[in-house]
Amino acid sequence: MLARSIRLAALAAAGLLALSACAQGSATKPTEPAGSASGPVTITYMNFGANGGHEKDLAAIADAFTAANPDIKVSIETVPYADYFTKLQTSVAAGTAADAFELNYENFVSYSESGALGELTGVDGSVYKESLLTAFASGGKQYGLPESFSDVVLFYNADLFKAAGVATPTADWTWADETAAAQKLTDKSKKTWGDYQPVSFHEFYKSLAQTGGTFLNADGSATAFNSPEGIKAAEWLVNKPGKTMPTAADGAGTPDWDTKQFKNGKLAMWHSGIWMFDALKDVPFNWDIVVEPGDTTKASAMFANAAVVNAKSKNAAAAQKWITYLTSSDEMVKTRLDSSWELPPIADTSKLSSYLTKGKPANRQAVFDALDHTVLPPVITSQQEMQDAITNQLTAAAAGRKTVAKALEDAAAAVDALLK
Amino acid sequence: MRKRNQAAWAVVFLAPSAIPLVLFTLLPMVSSIRISLLSWNLISDPRFVGLANYAKLLASPTTLGVFGNTLGYVVGYLPLVYVGGLLLALALNARIPGRGFFRALYFLPVITSWVVVALVWKWLLNPSNGLVNAVLGALGLPQPGWWTDPNWALASVIIASAWKDLGFVMVILLAGLQAIPSDLYEAARIDGASGWRTFWNITLPLLTPSTFFVVVISLINGFQVFDQVYVMTGGGPQGSSQVVVGQIYDLTFRYGRAGEAAALSWLLFAVILVVTVIQMWGQRKWVQHV
Repeated sequence: MLARSIRLAALAAAGLLALSACAQGSATKPTEPAGSASGPVTITYMNFGANGGHEKDLAAIADAFTAANPDIKVSIETVPYADYFTKLQTSVAAGTAADAFELNYENFVSYSESGALGELTGVDGSVYKESLLTAFASGGKQYGLPESFSDVVLFYNADLFKAAGVATPTADWTWADETAAAQKLTDKSKKTWGDYQPVSFHEFYKSLAQTGGTFLNADGSATAFNSPEGIKAAEWLVNKPGKTMPTAADGAGTPDWDTKQFKNGKLAMWHSGIWMFDALKDVPFNWDIVVEPGDTTKASAMFANAAVVNAKSKNAAAAQKWITYLTSSDEMVKTRLDSSWELPPIADTSKLSSYLTKGKPANRQAVFDALDHTVLPPVITSQQEMQDAITNQLTAAAAGRKTVAKALEDAAAAVDALLK
Repeated sequence: MRKRNQAAWAVVFLAPSAIPLVLFTLLPMVSSIRISLLSWNLISDPRFVGLANYAKLLASPTTLGVFGNTLGYVVGYLPLVYVGGLLLALALNARIPGRGFFRALYFLPVITSWVVVALVWKWLLNPSNGLVNAVLGALGLPQPGWWTDPNWALASVIIASAWKDLGFVMVILLAGLQAIPSDLYEAARIDGASGWRTFWNITLPLLTPSTFFVVVISLINGFQVFDQVYVMTGGGPQGSSQVVVGQIYDLTFRYGRAGEAAALSWLLFAVILVVTVIQMWGQRKWVQHV
């Protein structure tokens, strides 16, 4: 009888131990490589870039990779951008992150500084655009391979322009031209708006560059945007809602609202990225793009993403082979161009020429013209807090709860505190 | 011998609930004490900083702000949900046709997912095309900006929360109402007491044990409010509806300050503990035990 009850207690205790061992196991890294020489290796790749329509294109690249490298299989996990960095952070903390994953330029710095990324050796840098390759190096070491890049242009609904008798935008336009056209195109009774540009961090640093200002001082130790140029850039953004652009209360600011409005023919001009081309290919009206108007100078936002290898990956060599293929193979270039996805980061731009004739919009040359004057997002260690601080202060000014001058002063104080 | 055997069986039967409790509640709680002493962004190696996280939080105006918003939520939510729940309980305690159906109906929101309820309310309270503002507009009343306006964002969350939890309060108070002996009401009627006087001198005092339970549970839940805020406002606009748990979430998963977040969760624990102890002590003064 006693023996039996001891057995029972032991059973319960063993169960407890086994469970806690499982919980422990996920947080520690096994030192043995999982893929043995006898069978194929499966590596995992987590990304946000394929979400929302390009999943099949990424799968096609992975299939082509496995066809060329039969001993390596790629298991892909695609996560929406909005949840991506939360998920990535948590999985890195738990030691369960994918062998390779995607990072944007803004978040690359904190990941490389934190030692979460494996160094890439033997990289053939000559195949990449040099500026993009160096963007993903740190302290002389390469931690990421440029995977794609994109820029932001001015989309316009040509039918709305025609109906209002307004000349369509050209590459020579300035802010003043955009404002004048937006006023003529706004018809609040029909809920048609002349313009849409988010009141946010990403629009602010770009507008600041378009009017000749800088975000941080030369050595990056303090902010420099609380300046006459900063005021001008902020006013450019916050004066739109309610006049030529819907306000937050009208529905602006909810996810994808602007995309739907443009697709429904309710927006005449729209500041958005070239990743939208594919989603707009079937809209029943004429639309095109131009390089964004500047104020004193041209400046277009450029976004760059990289593929990196997890520092704790057990299959680092196979993972690097995959991201090399993902970022430089001809199959990748073809897939990206055929599907109007974000552009391949390759040095040989002659391979990109077919992009210009892949259908709407007609003026695809503007995508490349915009690259003549680009501005990258300012990056600091507390990136998200800085972005939130700028967006919150500008939103307050846009809603009339603060003056633009006060909003910029408060934003500068908040960001300066993060830089200390 | 027999006793020891019983104890062993007790362990076996307790294990299915005890093991998850230890693994997923007690262990994380203990490790959150450790994390609260670290500077850790989840991806780098943690660094021990002692009580610096607590010092930083106590000196930060944001901490005061999120506790203030949480208190504002509780103060707005509790009277609304209690009075509403009490009215429903009184109505559905009376012998009316379809009573069981209505009780089930009002309880439905309680078992509905918070995400669903929050999205529905976000739509109802949409400033430009929501149902609530359409009705207010038709009546010629002012139409607030609801969750897009910093002055109304917290109120929007309170309204949705009270609506969802009405059924829970109703059920607790219904049980309390039915526990009141009917001879007391008979005696009051014989003495010629009015309906209002019966309610004030018999129903309400004898309902106090249920009221106490509702208040304690609602306060504990209220201080931990998160889901509806996360879905409806994300703490905005401009932090106007940011609550303590929302701040813990943002610190950990947006700003990479897991140590501070863990410290803030212990500050919240301390506040809830103090509030609950005060209530336990205070209940002796106002709760009537039959």
